Amino acid sequence: MSDLTKLTLKAALDGLKAKSFSSEEITKAFVANIDAANPTLNAYVVQTTDKALEMARASDARLAKGEGGALEGAPLGIKDLFCTDGVQTTAGSNMLRGFVPPYESTVTSNLWRDGAVMLGKLNMDEFAMGSSNETSAFGPVVNPWKSTTSNADLTPGGSSGGSASAVAGDLCLAATASDTGGSIRQPAAFTGTVGIKPTYGRASRFGMVAFASSLDQAGPITKTVEDAAILLRSMCSFDVKDSTSLDVETPDWTQSLNRGVRGLRIGVPKEYVVDGMPAEIQQLWDRGVQWLKDGGAEIVEISLPHTKYALPAYYIIAPAEASSNLARYDGMRFGHRAEGTTSLTDLYETSRAEGFGKEVQRRLTIGAYVLSAGFYDAYYVRALKVRRRIAMDFDAVWDKVDAILTPSTPSAAFALGDKQIDPLQMYLNDIFTVTANLAGLPGISVPAGVDKGGLPLGLQVIGKALDEATVFQVASALEDAAGFVAKPEKWW
Amino acid sequence: MAIDAATVRRVAHLARIKTPEERLEPLAQELNGIIAWIEQLNEVDVTNVEPMTSNVAQPLRLRDDVVTDGAKVDAVLSNAPRSADGFFVVPKVVE
Repeated sequence: MSDLTKLTLKAALDGLKAKSFSSEEITKAFVANIDAANPTLNAYVVQTTDKALEMARASDARLAKGEGGALEGAPLGIKDLFCTDGVQTTAGSNMLRGFVPPYESTVTSNLWRDGAVMLGKLNMDEFAMGSSNETSAFGPVVNPWKSTTSNADLTPGGSSGGSASAVAGDLCLAATASDTGGSIRQPAAFTGTVGIKPTYGRASRFGMVAFASSLDQAGPITKTVEDAAILLRSMCSFDVKDSTSLDVETPDWTQSLNRGVRGLRIGVPKEYVVDGMPAEIQQLWDRGVQWLKDGGAEIVEISLPHTKYALPAYYIIAPAEASSNLARYDGMRFGHRAEGTTSLTDLYETSRAEGFGKEVQRRLTIGAYVLSAGFYDAYYVRALKVRRRIAMDFDAVWDKVDAILTPSTPSAAFALGDKQIDPLQMYLNDIFTVTANLAGLPGISVPAGVDKGGLPLGLQVIGKALDEATVFQVASALEDAAGFVAKPEKWW
Repeated sequence: MAIDAATVRRVAHLARIKTPEERLEPLAQELNGIIAWIEQLNEVDVTNVEPMTSNVAQPLRLRDDVVTDGAKVDAVLSNAPRSADGFFVVPKVVE
């Protein structure tokens, strides 16, 4: 067997089951890759090598007996906002540096139940607040991809930048991630990987460090659409520990792949043509439309009139929820506590000033502002009403279309440092992805082409609530048609 | 509505984040930029639109009122900045 780390999750699972190689072998191959790459790419904040090898050997013992779960022996990376029992979980923040959860998130519990192996915890923007991984207390992740026109280090996107970089750089077979405004799909688009955010409520939020609870949703970042279907199935479950968990069956989404799109109606929303969008993004989108048309789908021009209000609504709702969620970091029961303070209030304020980074402080301040007396109705309640308008836009088109096709991002990966000056420029990264969070809909990003610098670009498919099956069906057809096989050239 | 340094001081206190005096003015400018961008929401007609607080159209579930977990003092205290004798140790709160 040549390089095991280049396998897809599906191929690795098949190889493990056929005993072509052992879980210990493939785990060691990934550990070697991580050891070599991490000083440069900074994708992992914690490596759990001993635990990984122990889990791999246990998997090998089960596989030897012809037993094992759906992910048996597969080495995965875990975004550092999933609580992992006995393994530091920080959500990329100094506030939680040294925090070792005494319990396991439901999503990761499901993965271990199915036999997966944990390689370590993946870097991310602090509390998932960022689109470039630059807000992490552990420093930015570097994208394995480089432009042919510049040698600059590029962002892998965010907030799941570590997950995306690790999958693209062969530092794990696949990774968990989470998406509040685009944090799975934007990094997937920037790294030539596949990322899906399922319907809100499919994956349990129990044990996920909270950012904005009505928007946060877990999902995978993987090398292929099939891998995403496999890993998402393991991640999702009904969970009584999450009051918004949906008590629904988790289907086998691999059944939706390779079925073509004949007879499907695909919506193309005219409002997703935005000012200043590079021509190559429009061309990519046009190509996607053509591929689906060639596959026998009916293309329907649709209107989602409130699209332009999604980002401003999001930047009220998410900070408001964050300011409430992150009130728990008071320096008392866990998290950072400042020394040498003079009063209780001083202790709260100093602990939080020391523990939270600049972007988190900015959003908590916005959140406190829009929730404060005199502004609550004008900002927060209005944003919630606009949110319903956005959800109603989608409701109004589902009798005309089965899924919606858009670009994933308004650009390819940009250089680290490029957008740090102006927070608004950074926020615009999520312009195509945030609507699915506000409306709770499933959305996937599939690599579909490259820009003039050879950097990957993604197309997004949005579906009806709980209709990941159609999303996977369309994504699979796009993946086939695009034939995207480019890989970053190893420079690290 | 323009945000000034005094507003930032008040809001930072509401958020319990110590903010040095010299940061108040730059923060006010940043927040003004963001809030000005957010103001475009005023263009949307939201007459008779109910606020949307959740994507999940199901009633909150009830469960039997029984103990399902507990007696994990050590685990609960394991990440405390300070603890003693099974309790969190916090600064003096009542003078």
